[in-house]
Amino acid sequence: MGKTLFDKVWDAHVVKSLDGGRSVLYIDRHYIHEVTSPVAFGGLKRRGVKVARPQNTTGTPDHNVPTINQHLPVAEEQSRRQLESFEQNCREHGIECFTLGSPRHGVVHIVGPEQGITQPGMTIVCGDSHTSTHGAFGAVAFGIGTSEVEMVFASQCILQPKPKTMRITVNGKRGKGVTAKDIILYIISQISASGGTGHFIEFAGETIRDLSMEERMTVCNMSIECGARGGMIAPDETTFRYVCGRNRAPQGDDFDRAVERWKELYSDPDAQFDKEYTFDAADIEPMITYGTNPGMGIGITGRVPSEEGLSGSDRISFRKALEYMDFKSGEPMIGKKIDYVFLGSCTNGRIEDFRQFAWAVRGHKKADHVTAWLVPGSKAVEAQARAEGLDKILAEAGFELRQPGCSACLAMNADKIPAGKYSVSTSNRNFEGRQGPGARTLLAGPLVAAAAAITGMIADPREVFNL
Amino acid sequence: MSIPKFIKLTTTAVPLPIENVDTDQIIPARFLKAVERKGFGDNLFRDWRYDEQNVPVATFPLNDPRFSGDILVAAKNFGCGSSREHAAWAIFDYGFRVVVSSFFADIFKNNALNNGLLPIQVSEDFLQRVFAAIEADPAAQFEVDLQNQTLTIVSTGEQTSFEIDGYKKECLLNGYDDVDYLMSIRPEIEAYESAHRA
Repeated sequence: MGKTLFDKVWDAHVVKSLDGGRSVLYIDRHYIHEVTSPVAFGGLKRRGVKVARPQNTTGTPDHNVPTINQHLPVAEEQSRRQLESFEQNCREHGIECFTLGSPRHGVVHIVGPEQGITQPGMTIVCGDSHTSTHGAFGAVAFGIGTSEVEMVFASQCILQPKPKTMRITVNGKRGKGVTAKDIILYIISQISASGGTGHFIEFAGETIRDLSMEERMTVCNMSIECGARGGMIAPDETTFRYVCGRNRAPQGDDFDRAVERWKELYSDPDAQFDKEYTFDAADIEPMITYGTNPGMGIGITGRVPSEEGLSGSDRISFRKALEYMDFKSGEPMIGKKIDYVFLGSCTNGRIEDFRQFAWAVRGHKKADHVTAWLVPGSKAVEAQARAEGLDKILAEAGFELRQPGCSACLAMNADKIPAGKYSVSTSNRNFEGRQGPGARTLLAGPLVAAAAAITGMIADPREVFNL
Repeated sequence: MSIPKFIKLTTTAVPLPIENVDTDQIIPARFLKAVERKGFGDNLFRDWRYDEQNVPVATFPLNDPRFSGDILVAAKNFGCGSSREHAAWAIFDYGFRVVVSSFFADIFKNNALNNGLLPIQVSEDFLQRVFAAIEADPAAQFEVDLQNQTLTIVSTGEQTSFEIDGYKKECLLNGYDDVDYLMSIRPEIEAYESAHRA
């Protein structure tokens, strides 16, 4: 029987298999940030050991950084200490660190691919669940806890049970105004916020093949939001073109040889998946979420669903979600007033997202009552946006760019949505309080966010922008 | 070094009949700024436990004087969302040693096991019986036996077995630590590196 793409990459990294189903898995690249690494560094100190393979480790502070005035000392003391301790730890262990304000700084899942560090066929981990982003390159990439960060520090390996495999095929051409974010929100709405648990997903089909690398990253990024360990896409010419010439990618003949190896990374025609889903791109319209988990999404023209057919804790949880959002079953989503718009995060903080948003709002004006935070995913994205004049287009429409960081995606820094306010957010989680205590998050793609910013309400971007 | 051992436990339980409890609820991001692992239990379920004025919410199970014990019982898909291990630390630091649910998110389950916190996955049916037993009598006792992999409702004698992978079971029973193990096989890891990564 043939092998899946996932099996090929995983199996090539198994150092040994243990009784009970766990494998010692070798890790090619370990990304670290300031929030989930300090306790792991502390563990090494207690053991009296150093990071085993600092050259395979890359650090960037992102979760807890301010997105304005990055040239000034960080105002909040605890945050400043966390950032200083991170840089100190990286220095002590000889780990490269893209420090705040430096040209390579940014959100960990944005800068890794940007620098060409993320490559097909790798195993990649990070103490962050959105590590699945890197699966867009045909890498096995997944989030880990801090104990596991310490394992990788100490041994460059991790102990993991092998997940089951799932293939999600999306066929056909997507409609106008449908972004990669809409595709993944649709998939999660169909299989639920736990539908992928225990599995590693391969995304396939014509719709997925037609996506750019940045769009593929958006899709794989949210694999965790259906509970999957990770998501991946077989590398192809789109992938090779993206990687080619990047700072840390193989160069010249080395690159050609690498591509020959990477071309072997696909699921064999007779490979068996533990689970398969197939969807049709024609069924996908611009999406928005109405509840408090990413599975609670509907097409923008839809109405808030009813609790019909739910019972027990399903019903309790559904009611709790609507109560939190202050939505009623049967209400249309379009026309609901919103207060904040957030463009950014490891899901939608790349240059294509900023182009999409800027070109959409060009010639329009931001609604007066809307506060919009536009946070590039990295210094490189910020610089590119300025080089292309996007900052000017945005300024004319009443928007300004902030500086890179995770920002309002998790509201760990000062970028918090106030209690009770509605935020149309291009990030990945609409959990209660995720964007600040009491904040109400509506997940969407950059075009729905742009339409919301202009009209001050939930609106169909296909109509607002005549797409 | 070692992790806390887990062998056997008889205790009451605290019910949390909510689905999809994500790690942002277990420990909100604004409490992740510490660089040391201590005190996270104070902020466990912070925004459900306390209102905006920091007054305990009386209806929340952790504030309900009827409920106490070392077991947290939650509805399906517990621990979804962020990979923050702070979630497992907060639950352990608060005093729980076991979480029972019909379904755990993968990363949370691993994090719990790595910290001596035992995640017990039971059928939806058995979970409802556990909730019913607590509702009938908040002082109801539950017995967790890791060696035999069983969870028993002591008052009724109803029992279920649960799964745990053999390696992790040994780790919990003996307090073994994965980092120690991985460092002990360094020669094998180096052999792998020279064969594959050269």
